[in-house]
Amino acid sequence: MQHSLKTHQERTAVRSRGIQSGLEYLKKTYLLYLLLAPALILTLIFKYGPMYGAVIAFKDFSPIKGIMGSEWVGFKHFDKFLSSPNFEVIFMNTLKLSAFGLFLGFPVPILLALMLNQVRRAGVKKNIQLFLYAPNFISVVVIVGMLFIFLSPTGAINQLVIWLTGEPVMFMLGPEYFRWIYILSDIWTGAGWASIIYVAALANVDPELHNAASLDGANLLQRIRHIDLPTIRPIMAIVFILAAGGIMSIGFEKAYLMQTAMNLPTSEIIPTYVYKIGLQKGDYSYSAAVGLFNSVINVILLITVNFAVKKMNDGDGLY
Amino acid sequence: MPIKHSRLDRSLLVLNAVFLTMAVLLVILPLLYIVVASFMDPSALLSRGLSFNVSDWTVDGYQKILSNPAMIRGFGNAVLYSASFSIVTVLISICAGYAMADARLRGRTFFMTLFLITLFFGGGLIPTYLLVKSLGMIDTIWAVIIPNAVNVWNIILARTFFKGVPHELKEAANVDGASEMQIFARIVLPLSKPIIFVLALYAFVGQWNSYFDAMIYLDNTKLHPLQLVLRSILIQNQVDPGMIGDQLAMAEMKRLSEIIKYAAIVISSLPLIIMYPFFQKYFEKGVLVGSLK
Repeated sequence: MQHSLKTHQERTAVRSRGIQSGLEYLKKTYLLYLLLAPALILTLIFKYGPMYGAVIAFKDFSPIKGIMGSEWVGFKHFDKFLSSPNFEVIFMNTLKLSAFGLFLGFPVPILLALMLNQVRRAGVKKNIQLFLYAPNFISVVVIVGMLFIFLSPTGAINQLVIWLTGEPVMFMLGPEYFRWIYILSDIWTGAGWASIIYVAALANVDPELHNAASLDGANLLQRIRHIDLPTIRPIMAIVFILAAGGIMSIGFEKAYLMQTAMNLPTSEIIPTYVYKIGLQKGDYSYSAAVGLFNSVINVILLITVNFAVKKMNDGDGLY
Repeated sequence: MPIKHSRLDRSLLVLNAVFLTMAVLLVILPLLYIVVASFMDPSALLSRGLSFNVSDWTVDGYQKILSNPAMIRGFGNAVLYSASFSIVTVLISICAGYAMADARLRGRTFFMTLFLITLFFGGGLIPTYLLVKSLGMIDTIWAVIIPNAVNVWNIILARTFFKGVPHELKEAANVDGASEMQIFARIVLPLSKPIIFVLALYAFVGQWNSYFDAMIYLDNTKLHPLQLVLRSILIQNQVDPGMIGDQLAMAEMKRLSEIIKYAAIVISSLPLIIMYPFFQKYFEKGVLVGSLK
C-alpha cells in the first residue's frame, strides 16, 4: 500500500514537473511561435485554402451555393477536357514549349559560367557580369513589347530579313515562330542571371588543381572537363530538377502577352486556357479541373525527374 | 604560380573572349537601340536607322508619355504597391526566418515541410481567385499584396542568415537579463540589415515588374499599376488619342504612337536602371545565400 502511494506521489510530481517544464518552455519560446504565426496563417489561408478549393473541379460550382453546397459531379469536367478536341493540342503545346525551353536553355548558363571563369581580370569579369545580368530585371511586359517592336514587319530584325530575302516575315503572327521566339527571348532574358550560381561554384575550385593539371600537360578543354565540370555537377542536377519541376507550370505571363489570334495554334497552353475559360468565360469548375490536371502532371514529372537524376548522379537528388 | 598556357589554350582563350564579347553585345545592343530610338524622330529612324545626327532627335515621345495621366497614375500605383509589398513580405520573412532558425522551436521540420509543399503544389488559379474574391479583396490594394506576401524562398534565405548569427551573442544578452523580445528587436534585427536589404530589393523589383495579379484582381483602371498601363500601350497598341491630340492626322498619330512606345519603355525601366549598378552585388549575394545552402 505504502509502496503504491509513494509511486503515486512520485508520478504526480513527475507530471507536474512535466507541465511546469512545458510552461517554462512556452514562456521562453512563445515569441518564436508568435513570429512564425503570420507566415503560417497566411500560408494556410492563401496556399492551402485554394488546395481545398480545388475540390470544385469535382463539383458543378455555383457561386450562390458556395464550395460546400455545390453538387458533386465526379470526373465530369476532367472527362470533358480529356475528350475535347483542344486537349491534345493544348497539352502538347505546353509540354513542347517547356521541354524545348528546358533543353535549349539549361546548357547556356553553364557555358556562360565556364567562359566567365576563364576571365582572369576580376574587374573585367565583374563588368561583363553586370551587363549579362541586366535583362533579368526587365519586366515581362517590356520584354514582349520589345519583341513586338523588333520583330514587326518594319522592325530591326525584318530590315535584315528584307535585305537578305526581299520580304518581311510576320514573326508574331506565324504559329511556327512562337516557340522559337518564346524560348530564345527567355534565354536572352535569364541566362546571364542563371549563370551566377555556377560562377560561384567554380570560384571555389582550388587553383592548385589547375596548376597541377597543366603541369601534367592537360590543355584548357581537358581541365574544364575533368576539373570544372565535376565541381558543378551536383548544382547542375539540382537546377535541372527544379526546372523540370516547373515544366508544366510554365509562365502564363509571357505566353499570354505574346499571344495573337494568328499564333494560337502553338501559343495556347494550359495556363492561358485555364485563364480564358475560367476568368473570362466564368466556367470555374471546368477551368479548375484543367488546372488540377496540370498540377498533377507536374508533380508526377518532378518525382520522375528527381528519381532519374538521383540514379545518374550517385544518389544526389533534391530529396 | 600562374598556369602555363599552351598554344591551343591561348587560341581557346582568344575564342572565349570573342564569344563573351558577342554575348555582351547581344544583350546590350537591343537595350541601347531602345534608348537611342526613344530620342529619335520615327521617320528618320525608319529611313536612316539609328543616327547620332542632332537634327533627327526629338523629345516628343517623352513629352507625350509624361503628359499621359494613366502613365503617371500607373507609376504612382506601382510605387505604392511595390513599397507596401516590400514592407509586408520582408517583415513576414524575417520573423518567420528567425523563428525557423532557432533550434528550440519544436516542429520545425513539420513547418518547413508545410512551406515547401506549396512550392510544388498549389490549388491553381481559379480556386485562388475565388478565395481572394470571397475575402472581398477584389479592387483593393490587398489583393496584390497579401496572397503572395509569404515567400518560401525568402524564409529560407532569412533562416540561413539567422543561423549564421553567433549563438554567444544571444546568450550573453540573456545573461545580462534581456528578454527574448529585446534580444530579437535590439540585437538580432540591427544585425540583419543586409538580409533585410536584399529581401526588400527583391520584393520591390518583383512587384514593380509584375502585372498578372493586378490584371485579374483589379478591375478598376484607376488602380492599375505601371505594367498594366504599359501593356495597353506596348502590346495592345492602345495609345490614347487624347494623348496625341485629335487635330493631328492619322499618319502623325501612328508616327507618335511608335515613339511613345520607346519612351514608355525607358521611363518605366528608369528606376531599376538607376538602382541596378549599386545593388547588383546585393542581388548576387541573395541568390548565392538562397541557393547554395
